[in-house]
Amino acid sequence: MSDAVIATRGLTKRYGPVLAVDGIDLVVRSGDVYGFLGANGSGKTTTVRMLLGLVLATSGEAEVLGARMPRSAKRVLPQVGTLVEGPAAYPHLSGRANLELFDALGSARRGRRARVDDVLERVGLGVAGDRRVRGYSLGMRQRLGLAAALLRAPRLLVLDEPTNGLDPQGIREMRDLLLGLNHEGTTIFLSSHLLAEVEQMCTRVGVLDRGRLVVQEQLASLRAPTGRTVVVTPDGDRASGLLDGRVEVREGERLVVRGGDPAELNRLLVDGGVRVRELASERRGLEQVVLEATTDPHHVGASR
Amino acid sequence: MIRVELVKMLRRPRTWITILLLNALPTLVAVLLAVTDIGPQPGEGPAFLSAVLTDGKLFPLAALAIVLPLFMPVAVAVVAGDAVAGEASGGTLRYLLTRPVGRTRLLVAKLVSVIVFVLLAVVVVAAVGYVVGRLLLGGGDATGLVTGVSGNSLTSTQLVERTLMSIVYVTLSMLGVAAMALMLSTMTDSAVGAALGALAFLVASTLLLTLDAAAALQPYLPTRYWLSFVDLFRDPILWRDIDRGVLLQGVYVLVFLGVAWANFTTKDITS
Repeated sequence: MSDAVIATRGLTKRYGPVLAVDGIDLVVRSGDVYGFLGANGSGKTTTVRMLLGLVLATSGEAEVLGARMPRSAKRVLPQVGTLVEGPAAYPHLSGRANLELFDALGSARRGRRARVDDVLERVGLGVAGDRRVRGYSLGMRQRLGLAAALLRAPRLLVLDEPTNGLDPQGIREMRDLLLGLNHEGTTIFLSSHLLAEVEQMCTRVGVLDRGRLVVQEQLASLRAPTGRTVVVTPDGDRASGLLDGRVEVREGERLVVRGGDPAELNRLLVDGGVRVRELASERRGLEQVVLEATTDPHHVGASR
Repeated sequence: MIRVELVKMLRRPRTWITILLLNALPTLVAVLLAVTDIGPQPGEGPAFLSAVLTDGKLFPLAALAIVLPLFMPVAVAVVAGDAVAGEASGGTLRYLLTRPVGRTRLLVAKLVSVIVFVLLAVVVVAAVGYVVGRLLLGGGDATGLVTGVSGNSLTSTQLVERTLMSIVYVTLSMLGVAAMALMLSTMTDSAVGAALGALAFLVASTLLLTLDAAAALQPYLPTRYWLSFVDLFRDPILWRDIDRGVLLQGVYVLVFLGVAWANFTTKDITS
């Protein structure tokens, strides 16, 4: 676990009779974009708060950047940028004044102006920085929160629902910004309930269900081909006859065929006079993975 | 950290509005006295008020005596009650603590900022009282001597010294309320709840002071010695109640802050 940026062992949080987080073993490696998925109330935020030393674990251990939390918070947290459960700022001050106050907690005065200008620019708040936060939209507050997280050029970003409140353009900018940072070496731990967001950005995925970590895997292996091929053809009957029992599902023009080699299948079909509109190896979507791993959605939240 | 908290407090409009409002009542009283020339009888009404008609230099003390029983504690409770709970409900607490700012340091910085607020409020009330008193009320004795509470004469130097001591004493008296509100502020995410809780404590204390059956408790009630700064203007100065007042506030501050610290450093921050 030497290169683990986040590692927990049996991390547990109990609120009275309720197990909010139930013995999870997270491993986030250096350079990962880790997507931490789970329904509302599944324990994501409690886990994030335990990693940051805000909530004290009932049992188990958490290591962040190689040091125990919350014991080594003073050493660890200066290298971590956070956005937990929505941004927050003092409404009567400007975005810039907020960042300057925040920067004054533990950073030298030297270079403050440049640092603040830089992060405001990066999140696209360059012009609005001098306006009071009171007048900011949700998306602007979100950008300001991210700017604050970036102030100390962190090695690790812990972001809880970072695209909340952003419009599609904003989401795209946020994604590009985060991927750029990741490219420069920042590890990103991103908790979300938006599957599409995680699917587009993350290299590794953990799924939390009612306090238990039910999946933890590279996204690429979760989405590995299933060994089946999807064929779209107007000649369904003919194809079925030709393939002789290999067709597992047939929905209108769409056939799911056993066998993972589309090239071989294509030759077979075309040689048999079947017109092929589309042909591709079947891959599982993240949604499918998550739904298979988690329990009945009607019970989600009942464990809180 | 302390500097950041001070900047936050001083840049907040609420701080100055509160101080402005604190000065409104004494100023109104001064205007009424100046216009009507009707002062309370000696020994009645707020302390020093009967004397200010002849000598405006005593008005800073009268102003403090006017705001001390209710206005000042309300202002202090609001500011101290907001200290941690306000950050919690605004969501900024989690960002302060993950910056990271140690929880003990944050509490100390909040305490310092509250103390500075109290001192600022007391000094401004006294200063405005002085200006208003000199402008509107009596010019005093031509010799420059001021008549103290026991009918004794005080020189200008003595008056300044004792006024400064009063300012310190009134500030100390407010620290008990501040510590109480700060403690409640670490226990709830509602700033209003913390402020009202601290005020309820004071109202209870004030009520028990009027009840003969509570005589055994009275020496320990937080508001018992609040107005004892009047004793600084006797000749000789009557130190007994002042000493007790300082000691009592000290004990309250230590106990409340101890509880606040124990609670805040071990609690889950879920706001």
